[in-house]
Amino acid sequence: MQAMQTDAPNAKTVIDAVDVGLTFQTNDGPVHALKDVNLQIAKGDFVSFIGPSGCGKTTFLRAIAALETPTTGALSVNGMTPDEARKSRAYGYVFQAAGLYPWRTIGANIRLPLEIMGYSRTEQLDRIKNVLQLVDLEGFEKKYPWQLSGGMQQRASIARALAFDAGILLMDEPFGALDEIVRDHLNEQLLSLWGRTGKTIGFVTHSIPEAVYLSTRIVVMSPRPGRITDVIESPLPRERPLDIRDTPEFIAVAHRVREGLRAGHLDD
Amino acid sequence: MRSVYPVLVVIAGIVAVWYAAAIWMNTTWTLQQAERAETQLSVAQVVAGSFGQERPRLPMPDQVVAELWETTVERKVTSKRSLIFHAGITLSATLAGFAIGAGLGILLAVGIVHSRVMDMSVMPWAIASQTIPILAIAPMIIVVLNSVGVQGLLPKAVISAYLSFFPVVVGMVKGLRSPDAMQLDLLKTYSANRAQGFWKLRLPASLPYLFASLKIGVAASLVGAIVAELPTGAVRGLGARMLTGSYYGQTIQIWSALFMAAIVAAFLVGLIGVLQRASLARMGMVR
Repeated sequence: MQAMQTDAPNAKTVIDAVDVGLTFQTNDGPVHALKDVNLQIAKGDFVSFIGPSGCGKTTFLRAIAALETPTTGALSVNGMTPDEARKSRAYGYVFQAAGLYPWRTIGANIRLPLEIMGYSRTEQLDRIKNVLQLVDLEGFEKKYPWQLSGGMQQRASIARALAFDAGILLMDEPFGALDEIVRDHLNEQLLSLWGRTGKTIGFVTHSIPEAVYLSTRIVVMSPRPGRITDVIESPLPRERPLDIRDTPEFIAVAHRVREGLRAGHLDD
Repeated sequence: MRSVYPVLVVIAGIVAVWYAAAIWMNTTWTLQQAERAETQLSVAQVVAGSFGQERPRLPMPDQVVAELWETTVERKVTSKRSLIFHAGITLSATLAGFAIGAGLGILLAVGIVHSRVMDMSVMPWAIASQTIPILAIAPMIIVVLNSVGVQGLLPKAVISAYLSFFPVVVGMVKGLRSPDAMQLDLLKTYSANRAQGFWKLRLPASLPYLFASLKIGVAASLVGAIVAELPTGAVRGLGARMLTGSYYGQTIQIWSALFMAAIVAAFLVGLIGVLQRASLARMGMVR
């Protein structure tokens, strides 16, 4: 496997889904959000989930985070149930909106999980300083969210998810609301952050270029019922300048993703 | 400064309408007097007779202002004819009632948000309590409390609290429920407990709603305190001034007490506005 940690001798599976199904009971009858999902994610992988709305990509991410509970199958995170993994602070979650508390400064927003998890005061200050550096927001600690641009707010929310040492970073369309120029910039920063921290990242998106540019593996999903139609191992190197998007390898992967998405739609 | 003119125009309009209404309503007395004296009056005389009556149906604005001036500035604060003295009596009951009402309202809201049982059992009673006219229930509260030996400030404060707790409950419940699903999910990813969710998210998120309902609540408190003075036959307080004024046909006294009540209410609401701005600014929520 391509996306191995340099310091990890073997690709260790951190997320393991076997025949995972998730059915919501609604007034219009059951909705199969996920059906027979099988996927292993290794430590240090950058896995993107891509597909049209209703394909269950966000539901799967939420199931990993124990925000939803699968109705069938087995899902384990770090060898534990998702709920145990959540309690052992296995992951940080980044939502579509930055969701910073308007009454807290950027520093205090990043302090929020640290307060809840009971870190000491000095430890809190240390970590805030470190993660602000990681997302390139030094000097903004005392600013309030409304004083920052949308892209900066989303970076602050990534910093908040990184502040406690979770090995897994789950991101649900974190850059979906941002314009393309900001998004390119943040994608670049996210890759460099991933390179420096060696986190395992699960990333939900509906942008093909974003998925191909970022990921070591791309999981293509399709709706009704939500399922995996293709898993693509990216041949691209870990070091990725933005102009890698013009190379034939990149275009080939993007093409395969597009084909996978189209095949999913033909079922309708 | 630009906004001064519209404000002045509106005030001038109100004063003009008031004068016109006062002239129209007070002519009856002037004409009756003339009839008894069997004299004929010109229009100018009738109009002039509407001014400066001792017991006008509707006092002229200048009479009310003069009465307010006399009873606030020219009387000693300790005098029973000082409106400041009476306003102070009502204000103390208002503040005590508001403290009880706001405190109770906040506690009830916290309970309602955290317990489904309380939501279903308390909320309907809180709503029902507000459908009962306060004038009907005020004498009963005073009689019941009096029978267990509670007199003075407290019965008035209880009635005042009865009116003010409701807006606080409603506003605070809305405020505590204002965080959206995403923010609650975020806390869940941290495995935060309910107490942490309350202190770190729900309570700060509710403050803008709380202040809005405190403004309504404090004005309702004042109304409650005034109403509480009516059935007790109180001799002190703004309500007592209005009541004695109506016994003796002292319309000027009634109107000046009404204005004093409005001034006190405006002062209280303004005070909460200042608190609101100060605390929201401290929280970084004022741009």
